[in-house]
Amino acid sequence: MELQHGIIILMGLAMILSAILAMMVKDLISSVIAVGVVSLFASILYLLLQAPDVAMTEAAIGAGLSTLIFLYALHKTKDAEEEND
Amino acid sequence: MIKKMFAFILLMFMAIMFYALNSNITENKELFGVARSYAERGAGELGTQNIVTSIVVTYRGFDTLGEVSVLFIAATGVAVLLRRKEEEAPGKRSKRQSSEILQTGTKLLTPIIIMFGVYIFINGHLSPGGGFQGGAVIASAVLLLFLSDINYEINHSLFNIIESFSGAFYVVIGLLGLILLGANNFLDNRILPLGEFGAILSAGAIPVIYSLIGLKVGTELASIIDNMKRD
Amino acid sequence: MNTIHILGFILMLIGFWGMLTQKNMIKIVLAMAIVETGVQLVMVAFGFIKGRTAPILDSPELVKNAANLIVDPVPQSLVLTAIVIGVAVNALMLAFVIKLYQKKKTLSITEYKDLKW
Repeated sequence: MELQHGIIILMGLAMILSAILAMMVKDLISSVIAVGVVSLFASILYLLLQAPDVAMTEAAIGAGLSTLIFLYALHKTKDAEEEND
Repeated sequence: MIKKMFAFILLMFMAIMFYALNSNITENKELFGVARSYAERGAGELGTQNIVTSIVVTYRGFDTLGEVSVLFIAATGVAVLLRRKEEEAPGKRSKRQSSEILQTGTKLLTPIIIMFGVYIFINGHLSPGGGFQGGAVIASAVLLLFLSDINYEINHSLFNIIESFSGAFYVVIGLLGLILLGANNFLDNRILPLGEFGAILSAGAIPVIYSLIGLKVGTELASIIDNMKRD
Repeated sequence: MNTIHILGFILMLIGFWGMLTQKNMIKIVLAMAIVETGVQLVMVAFGFIKGRTAPILDSPELVKNAANLIVDPVPQSLVLTAIVIGVAVNALMLAFVIKLYQKKKTLSITEYKDLKW
């Protein structure tokens, strides 16, 4: 039981760091991949919360198709490569 | 500068609200109310092994109908916004053919991925899975075909026919419940026999409904990807 | 111990901060995706009961005594719907961003002043 609690705290810290990284970095491709990492760790947490249906859906749709749709949108708006802030 | 201060004050208020919400959370000890009655009656009345499936398809079937409509409206919106008239076509950039490993691997893997997606939504009432997960897997098989072949175009009329008929048959099955079993029974799954517990052809109309939902979600996500890709 | 509730709340705060301060339109859509992930985590964590198992009745002793051995199945079905709707809304927002970019060739939201008076 102690091992599981430590794993949850480590994954929580990784998720928070990825989310802050996604908001502060200038490069847009890194932000999209960081949001995909947040979704991936969330799907592992759903498995630890005894919810296998939700874990499958989040892994297939959140970490897979959503990241892909963002990358296609980045490709279509590519001439504004320098970020305006 | 003043906008950042307003944003900061708003976030402070939200943090105080979440803290107050967090300090009132007591640990659950047992199921109450609606969840308890779903857990007790689910296996007996409906014959499914997966309780989440029985809630999504039968007990809360109307919410699933609403969600299917929202998905349909979003896919139509993307198709309308990103449509391009033929005279505005930009000059073709030079595209490279993809590598040989990708092409050979795609020919071997695509039937297996589609079969895996169909397996997931047919077994929705016996194991974790269901229509939405199976639909996402089928859409990713279509994506693999897009990545490997630069001249691949999906068959638009076939996808339109599958999507429209799946949506229409879903509503027809709901109305059949109303006609065959009397009032108060929209989207009931007892119109087909319940069968034995744990077999594939059990739980009435739930495999049929989930297969239709799986096909509809899969073709809609594939058409969203196709509209965003078109260059 | 409500670790996962606190984690969900912190993710919502980070997402809202991103939506309020960033100027690139694609980053605003990314921040909305983070907010949705946080909300779904909090919802599933509210239904967890310690020591119980997943709501799938695959052995006979689970079928007899289901109401005392499984976690709450209602939040899981609501979150299942919410994840699929979230990705559809993200796709529609990105289609709007692409159309706006094709009009003015910039992704910064301070350039779109047509509705302000």
